[in-house]
Amino acid sequence: MIRDIFSRAAVCLLSALAVLILAAGGARAAEPIKIGSFLAVTGGASFLGDPEKKTLEMYVARVNANGGVIGRQIELVLYDSGTDAKKAASFVKRLINDDKVDIILGGTTTGETMAVVPLVEKAGIPFISFAGAGVIVQPVKKWVFKTPHTDGLAVQKIYEDIQAQGLSKVALFAGSGGFDKSCRANAHTLAGKYKIEIVADETHGKGDTDMTPQLTKIKNTGGVEAFLYCGFGADSVVAAKNYRQLGLTLPHYQSHGSASKRFVTGSGGAAEGIRLPAAALLVAGQLPDSHPQKTLALQFEADYRAKFNEPISTFGGHAYDGLMIAIGAIERAGSTDPEAVRAEIEKTANYIGVDGIYTMSPEDHLGLDTNSFVMVEIRNGDWQLLK
Amino acid sequence: MFTEFLQFLLSGVTVGATYALVGVGFSIIYNASQVINFAQGEFVMLGGMMAWFLFERAGLPMPAAVPLAIAGTVLVGLALEKFAIEPARNASIVTLIIITIGASIFLRGGAQLVWGRDFHALPALSGDAPIDLSGVAVNPQSLWVMGCTVVVVILLHWFFSRTMTGRAMRAVAFNMLAAQLAGVNNRLILMFSFGLSAALGALAGVLIAPITLTYPDVGIMLGLKGFCAAILGGLGYPYGAIVGGLIVGISEAMTAGYVSSAYKDAVAFVIILMTLFFMPNGLFGRRGIERV
Repeated sequence: MIRDIFSRAAVCLLSALAVLILAAGGARAAEPIKIGSFLAVTGGASFLGDPEKKTLEMYVARVNANGGVIGRQIELVLYDSGTDAKKAASFVKRLINDDKVDIILGGTTTGETMAVVPLVEKAGIPFISFAGAGVIVQPVKKWVFKTPHTDGLAVQKIYEDIQAQGLSKVALFAGSGGFDKSCRANAHTLAGKYKIEIVADETHGKGDTDMTPQLTKIKNTGGVEAFLYCGFGADSVVAAKNYRQLGLTLPHYQSHGSASKRFVTGSGGAAEGIRLPAAALLVAGQLPDSHPQKTLALQFEADYRAKFNEPISTFGGHAYDGLMIAIGAIERAGSTDPEAVRAEIEKTANYIGVDGIYTMSPEDHLGLDTNSFVMVEIRNGDWQLLK
Repeated sequence: MFTEFLQFLLSGVTVGATYALVGVGFSIIYNASQVINFAQGEFVMLGGMMAWFLFERAGLPMPAAVPLAIAGTVLVGLALEKFAIEPARNASIVTLIIITIGASIFLRGGAQLVWGRDFHALPALSGDAPIDLSGVAVNPQSLWVMGCTVVVVILLHWFFSRTMTGRAMRAVAFNMLAAQLAGVNNRLILMFSFGLSAALGALAGVLIAPITLTYPDVGIMLGLKGFCAAILGGLGYPYGAIVGGLIVGISEAMTAGYVSSAYKDAVAFVIILMTLFFMPNGLFGRRGIERV
């Protein structure tokens, strides 16, 4: 209790000091543009939040070094939500009420993002999320945007590929996590549009050690032409291994949830031949020179590697695109007036990003289509761009 | 049709064998202390993670990595007994059980800290190429799991019936006070039972890691299913836990194969509820040994 009072007093003093310094600074230069962010730098989703934080910090510093935006420097106010939706909500309250930020970027996971949606909607501050689920922008919320691909897009991309090969009868196998279920639901609803018939539909539990019964059923289902697995992490490895064990040879598709090197090394040889949709960044070097994203993807990869000496992850790309869309909108608006910035984000058109080419509209606050994915096949333990 | 059945059966027996090894661990500790050790699943995780670490990171050959991983897990089991259970041995059984839940969370967190949250793959002991037995695809690692379980059952039988320590453990299980009066060192037996359970858990962990991969949370579900196996067989009956594990594993596989995979995970818990309703002492438990 006493400690609490002390720490509060310390925070008060410090903020008072900060205000003084800021006031003094404000007299010298134009007031900075305040970008607020809350990311899961620690906790369960830290493997997503950490590259996002690094990307944001690196590019904010770079933009500032080049003179900032509309003649003003960017000040990044970043909090670590620890992958906790409750913490995320309280940090966003702080960003809105205390830090008085101009725009909010972040929300590593869908849970954190959805927890703060009512807050930003009420406060009327533009918010660009880095989380995956389609529910964030469907139905459209006035102040909420997002940059990463949705599982629905991934399923569409896979169905396009299946259709292009003249196949139509698909066996579906899905896990029971949130991502898995959403992917499975999309696989069902989108099937009709691509004239695909789901002839087998099996599920497994999280952390299952053996999936051969379900796969045996699929194997013995007549007329199956392709196999689609919805899930990620260790489960997707078990599915791939069991699939190989039973000697199934149908074309095997997985979602972008498996687009990680861990999946390939974890499955040993069992991942060979599996096809999946992935961000262009994953195969930047293999893209044809005519591919609009090639230059940016290679540049982003080189920058990230040079600065942090670690391999690129697609998650940093979500943060890069969010930041650049925000900066573009502020530049076009010529101010940080929330309504003007929001309207400009909505007008983002043909912005070439790391994750894809964005064209937003009042009905579409994501702005990506299936062209933002490329199909890759796992060959010799590496990604091979198809086509 | 029949090969399909055999394929399901094979899956059930493989998974069931791992449940059995975990379940036996529950029973052994229960016998020595009436405590249900909810950190049993974490022994499985530790076995797999340590084996991966020693083999993949420290570069030891498999024949050295596996025994060392089991030995390391035994040390953790002994430490758990020495530093968490023993200081609280005068507390109620429920308190001790809560301590083991705490220990399981601690071990999971520790593993995340040391080895990270990612999953790791351990290579199979004799390759990944499936063996085709007249239409049934057998993963060689499944044979290891089944073979080792059989060996463990035989060794346990010999241990409990022929060795002094084993007989002392049975005596403690039957009547703690009488055993103590006859000169059995209760505390040593408790210590030993934690070590033995940890060894069995770690063995299951090492054997199953090539099939399921290993990661800090891998023990949660295996621990629960092992617990179901122990309850079904009758808590305190190690052989019962073996049968229980096989029943749970095979029912799961058959449900997934013939009914619907959506209900697969519910099977184990339906079994546990049914057992508790109709046979509270399990399949092999005798009535009338309730403590007052």
